[in-house]
Amino acid sequence: MSEAPPAPAAPEITAAERDELRRHGILLTSLEELYNWGRSNSVWPLQFGLACCAIEMIAASMARFDIARFGSEVFRPSPRQADLLIVSGTVTKKMAPQVVRLWNQMPEPKYCIAMGACAISGGPFKQGYNVLKGIDRFIPVDVYIPGCPPRPEALLHGLMQLQEQIRAQKISGPEAPRHLRPEASGEFPVPEFGGSDLVPPRNPDLWEPPTIVRAE
Amino acid sequence: METPGQIRDRILARFSGAEVTVVTNPGPAAQHSLLVGAAHATAIATFLRDDPVLQLDTCSNVTGVDWPGREIVETVRQPLAPEEDADPAAPPGVIEEKIKRLVPGSLEVVYHLYSVALKHGPVILRLRTADRAANVTLPSLTPVWRACEFQEREVFDLYGVKFTGHPDLRRILMWDEFQHHPMRKDYVEPDDYEWEPTPHDAVLTKARRHYPAPPAAPEEESTP
Amino acid sequence: MSAAGELAGLSAAPGTTVRAVNDPFHGDLLEVSMGPHHPSTHGVFRMMVTLDGETVVKLKPVFGYLHRNHEKLGENTTYLGSMPYTDRLDYLNSMTNNWAYALAVEKLSGQPVPERAEYLRIILAELTRLLNHTCLAGFLLQDTGCSGTPLMYAFREREHILDLFEALSGSRMMCNYQRFGGCRVDPTPGWLAAAARLVDGYGRFLDEYEALITGNEILMARTQGVGVLQPDLAVNAGATGPMLRACGVDYDLRKVDGYGFYPRFEFRVPLGDHGDTYDRYMIRVLEMRESIRILQQALRDLPAGPIIDAKAKNRGLRPKAGEAYGRIEGPKGEIGFYLISDGGPNPYRYRVRPPSFINLTVLEDMCLGQTVADAVVILGSVDIVLGEVDR
Repeated sequence: MSEAPPAPAAPEITAAERDELRRHGILLTSLEELYNWGRSNSVWPLQFGLACCAIEMIAASMARFDIARFGSEVFRPSPRQADLLIVSGTVTKKMAPQVVRLWNQMPEPKYCIAMGACAISGGPFKQGYNVLKGIDRFIPVDVYIPGCPPRPEALLHGLMQLQEQIRAQKISGPEAPRHLRPEASGEFPVPEFGGSDLVPPRNPDLWEPPTIVRAE
Repeated sequence: METPGQIRDRILARFSGAEVTVVTNPGPAAQHSLLVGAAHATAIATFLRDDPVLQLDTCSNVTGVDWPGREIVETVRQPLAPEEDADPAAPPGVIEEKIKRLVPGSLEVVYHLYSVALKHGPVILRLRTADRAANVTLPSLTPVWRACEFQEREVFDLYGVKFTGHPDLRRILMWDEFQHHPMRKDYVEPDDYEWEPTPHDAVLTKARRHYPAPPAAPEEESTP
Repeated sequence: MSAAGELAGLSAAPGTTVRAVNDPFHGDLLEVSMGPHHPSTHGVFRMMVTLDGETVVKLKPVFGYLHRNHEKLGENTTYLGSMPYTDRLDYLNSMTNNWAYALAVEKLSGQPVPERAEYLRIILAELTRLLNHTCLAGFLLQDTGCSGTPLMYAFREREHILDLFEALSGSRMMCNYQRFGGCRVDPTPGWLAAAARLVDGYGRFLDEYEALITGNEILMARTQGVGVLQPDLAVNAGATGPMLRACGVDYDLRKVDGYGFYPRFEFRVPLGDHGDTYDRYMIRVLEMRESIRILQQALRDLPAGPIIDAKAKNRGLRPKAGEAYGRIEGPKGEIGFYLISDGGPNPYRYRVRPPSFINLTVLEDMCLGQTVADAVVILGSVDIVLGEVDR
């Protein structure tokens, strides 16, 4: 008997076709999609305010802006129960070890939003001796929200960006996110207080100062 | 309320040997202050608090000020002794001599006192240390006004003034291991500085320190 | 007091230090570090609390987690350049911070302010006071465990005031509105009408809020007689603002200093009787009622004219050598700026007198002998903002 011809590959279903099917009551999904959909709509932030931006973060959770529409109204007081660290304000050098420690205490999968100019780069206080010039020197940041402080709408926009990132994640393969790769650690070294600065002043695995060559 | 001069006279009448001088404020605010010697500071502060005319029962504000030592060049003019055969109508000759004088630096602590009971103020007290390095000890006024407790700790932290008689003199804003006094004028902050998109003079100076001039690079590799 | 406590001969009268003794019924002291990440500490504030059971026997505040070097930056920038930074001191009350700083610089340089600007300053300062006290009432209730709802009411009203600020200055929180010798922009007639509408409706919000909260038994049980502050200690420790007046000390800088045009306005200064947490809450509610009266008078009498002195210099200001201390009655207490000029473009010394930092001096005295849950409420009633505490 001759061998049966190989079965034709299943045709890729476009998004438009899937929407059409959904209108007829047929839901097509993949495990990856379901997993990401669930996680992206229940991002619970840590109830952790640092400075001015924290007030706008609170405002975002109140009636007018209502962060509950995005499934993120459950601000958890404990890092063990939180998925999202919103670094809302100036991180001082005295506070930086505590922020890293909180990040380390959060279970994977976890995400970090740097809210406001101070958390991104030190912002208006960049030239201060006790101001950390950006939290991305010690922990990885997923979304940066500019502004001083960002409006609550901007925080919501940042949250939607994060949700898009989560929806695009792969659950297997080399492009899988950190929490699905056993070799990748979600813990980062906590800096210590030195005589004049933090020791080390940055995490060299995460951040290096830009190599600018002065032209003169 | 009494003028600072009147208060000084009453303090001097009460405490013989106290050093009190009125520091005139030349600005439009005209808030003059009293420079008080450290030896009698606590006694004078208690007197100001308990005096029935003043009743300065609260200390509103405690501040440190850093005055680094500086060099002053003074020009001293001395008339020359006229020579014997000189024309008496001619103007006498003058020797100009430039003298460099080193004004020693000091740390100053400023107290703004008010009276809640009588609703007047401020009376401004200033205490000065002998220098900025070894002799930075001043008496604490926390036993007189509790309001000074945290503020004197702040002055200790940021300026390095050591207050004797303070109940709990520790660093308050910086961490305990920190070794400098950052509000002093000669404090050099750690080099964790990067380029800013809109540089101005201070930023450029810092950036030059952070990014030293590159070694003479070949022409084609020079960056714009 | 428990049986064990009686056996140990402990007296738990409020305000006294309870000491642990060696007896088999009595446990060890427990040292708890509350903060800098703690939901009840209003930011990155930390309290080292020593507990005997649930009773506080020692409480040391730890500061500096938001020390952003405001004073050093102020000495390295121009006089005008510090104005936006003052917004970020007490970030709920940028308008009053602006005013205190502008007042200090005006004292330093002898700068007069036109009449309309003085009225606008009073309007904005009193709106800020409404905003701050409303938020405080919400946060205080949050600290008593009343999670969410009162804060939502408070933030609903706050958003209405922020809308006004945004329409006027371009920013919700960081208004950067005052200038030396006046204000930055003139409000339109529409803005003034909207402000008048808000002010007229605010009394109704207060009625609603008070009906829900003020007579509430749980609130009374949690706050009355808790965290009593004696008036002589409050004065000696430099407490200012509602905290001082809750002890019955009549000291309001709007009356005492009479800065701005406050002597032209008719308003009363509410005073407390007991100096406890409930009085500190009530003082704020009563002050809001008086603020509404001031606002109604100011909006009615607002004169026409320039909003900034024609000769006022803001950019490149170089005041003559000298010094000045300017202070105003901020919503949290006496906010002052102490400036020394050496004739240069930057202040030689730039010092902020932060009310909430100095009000914390008596925190330990108020908390001793109380339970740890009450310490949270007492801290809430002090009304701190960490941007100002640590600067």
